[in-house]
Amino acid sequence: MSESTTKTQQISLSKGINLGLRRALEDDPKVLLMGEDIGKLGGVFRVTDGLQKDFGEARVVDTPLAESGIVGTAVGLALAGYRPVVEIQFDGFVYPAFDQIVTQVAKMRARALGKVSMPIVIRIPFGGGIGAVEHHSESPEAYFAMTAGLRVVAASNPVEAYWMIQQAIASDDPVIFFEPKRRYWDKAELDPTATPYPLYASRVVRPGTDATLVAYGPMVKTCLEAAAAAADEGRSLEVIDLRTLSPLDLEPVYASVRKTGRLITVHEASVFLGMGAEIAAKVTEKCFYSLEAPVLRVGAPHTPYPPSRVEEEFLPDLDRVLDAVDRAFAF
Amino acid sequence: MVTSRKGAGGKTAAKKKAGATNPDLVQLLTPEGDLVEHPEYSIDLTPEEYRGLYRDMVLVRRIDAEGTALQRQGELGLWAPLLGQEAAQVGSGRAQTAEDYAFPTYREHGVAWCRDVDPVNLLGMFRGVNNGGWDPNEKNFHLYTIVIGSQTLHATGYAMGMQRDGREGAVIAYFGDGASSQGDVNEAFVFASVNNAPVVFFCQNNQWAISEPNERQFRVPLYQRAAGFGFPGVRVDGNDVLACLAVTRAALEHARSGNGPMLVEAFTYRMGAHTTTDDPTRYRSADELEEWKAKDPIMRMRAFLENSKNADEAFFKEVDDEADAVAADIRARCVAMTDPQPISIFDHVYAEPHPLMDEERAEYGAYWESFEGAH
Ligand SMILES: Cc1ncc(C[n+]2csc(CCOP(=O)(O)OP(=O)(O)O)c2C)c(N)n1
Repeated sequence: MSESTTKTQQISLSKGINLGLRRALEDDPKVLLMGEDIGKLGGVFRVTDGLQKDFGEARVVDTPLAESGIVGTAVGLALAGYRPVVEIQFDGFVYPAFDQIVTQVAKMRARALGKVSMPIVIRIPFGGGIGAVEHHSESPEAYFAMTAGLRVVAASNPVEAYWMIQQAIASDDPVIFFEPKRRYWDKAELDPTATPYPLYASRVVRPGTDATLVAYGPMVKTCLEAAAAAADEGRSLEVIDLRTLSPLDLEPVYASVRKTGRLITVHEASVFLGMGAEIAAKVTEKCFYSLEAPVLRVGAPHTPYPPSRVEEEFLPDLDRVLDAVDRAFAF
Repeated sequence: MVTSRKGAGGKTAAKKKAGATNPDLVQLLTPEGDLVEHPEYSIDLTPEEYRGLYRDMVLVRRIDAEGTALQRQGELGLWAPLLGQEAAQVGSGRAQTAEDYAFPTYREHGVAWCRDVDPVNLLGMFRGVNNGGWDPNEKNFHLYTIVIGSQTLHATGYAMGMQRDGREGAVIAYFGDGASSQGDVNEAFVFASVNNAPVVFFCQNNQWAISEPNERQFRVPLYQRAAGFGFPGVRVDGNDVLACLAVTRAALEHARSGNGPMLVEAFTYRMGAHTTTDDPTRYRSADELEEWKAKDPIMRMRAFLENSKNADEAFFKEVDDEADAVAADIRARCVAMTDPQPISIFDHVYAEPHPLMDEERAEYGAYWESFEGAH
């Protein structure tokens, strides 16, 4: 282990992924990174900064500008025994690769009777809040979670990001790895010798007794802020970071709802057919008698992602979350 | 102002040097500003037309610089500069007739200028007040397309439509060297070819796709790729506005006359950053930049106008003054652009009533209104 992987340090979320990728490249010669501008430039968010310099152009590959090509060749590399980690530059540019992901990556193992695996990680910076132009702020997670054969996870903070990227790379299943781009610059203390939390498990990140907030990726921080504000008003909110969207780990959510009686799901993606809809249905089934109010969903309206000058109104914020909490208490 | 298609036959004072260029790179004006001959392409414009091309390039460069300045001052969230690509855009832009239809990427500010699109329209998306912001049919200039390569298919389809309807004109699709790697671009070539569609694929090969040089995208010169799809390809000096005009005119005429698609590769250089968020010092050498600066399209045209006595100091001064005025006007109108009302995000999403949209519009409208006056 290099020094960078043993010393406790303050890291940003992008640095967390960078260090996680570095460690995976060190540990397994079959791991390789591919994507547009990930070499000298270090990616447009600098997540892969310095990796090509240290691991060479054969391990950190600048690809042609072709997302279907990137994912399609990753399929072949995986068949040949490699563990490709591909970067899609922005959420809105994954669609040219959508065909490869849902028709090939997701189904290959089942079609081969389990004889081949697809240990591919597809990293996607997702979500809004950075003032970008269109196609740079989308939340496409439900498309992927809906497709059987893919695993879908979302990191919410630097420490989680560091561990989750390594676990995703170690997974023998294809993993869509969502990175909350508006949180890339958030910092936290990393202890690289700690034992990581399991990848495919959700996690209570703030205990509470009066209502439960479930979120993932960028909205975890928003929910923690909402819970802190609610505490000032005398309400105790429990916050759960979903972490894994497929498989969905709802046991901690059920346990929480049985305690609090109220659930609000929060995500940036549209409410209509979003992750919150699935969670609401499941929780209604499993916790029907514990619920004091219907499960409420906070998310985006069913419109295209708006121009950046109105994205603050479009995106769920502390007010929208607390408003939903009020409504849950009004029942 | 669209320059005449056939050339007005006016006299030109500058002598043409014969056979000075590489026939694989169409050039009509050397970096020193001398006219040269090419076996297949020629240009003969009136002094006024020559001056017009210079004026266009200067104004376009100034509009572009104003975009960068506005971004630096926080008035735009992002800007995609075209510095160095003025000749490719003005030459190809002025080759178009009113009936032709252009499909741009996100960087065709110079083509927009030639199509008479109000430059302020281009700023809305970069400022974050809209996601497009103009009626594409007003000037036959489609909306900017950010997803790399998508518009080449739209252009091809549009050309197929024009062809079916027997409409005048041809289509021109802009894209970059990096875009040539996308499936969509290659599919556009296939559709255009088998349908003999009247579309010109105009690639501005500015050598870089963000940080990735040409070598990371292809091993065969781009213009040669057309042959594999069954239509002609030509490489033009993209810093030579006369050659860009002549070649694009010929390509559009080829398409209009029922001969099918053509690929034009304008060999040029992006002198600035990819966008205002990019840092080219991470991947590009200063020497390379210097080498291309010597081929600056505007200096070249200016040298020609001076050498050939087609323009005097007063003219250059007049153009610079006009550029100042255009820049000031854009600035004033940019900062005056107000943010959209949040409720407007529900507008224009569907042509017909949509119950979910109506329900959400009412809900969000009430919620947002509850904040009015609160802060
Ligand atoms: C499908 C898709 N993938 C990635 C991007 C991000 N991106 C924007 S511009 C660009 C480089 C484009 O290079 P090129 O096609 O050569 O055009 P240029 O900008 O140099 O004119 C990239 C990778 C995108 N916009 N669309």
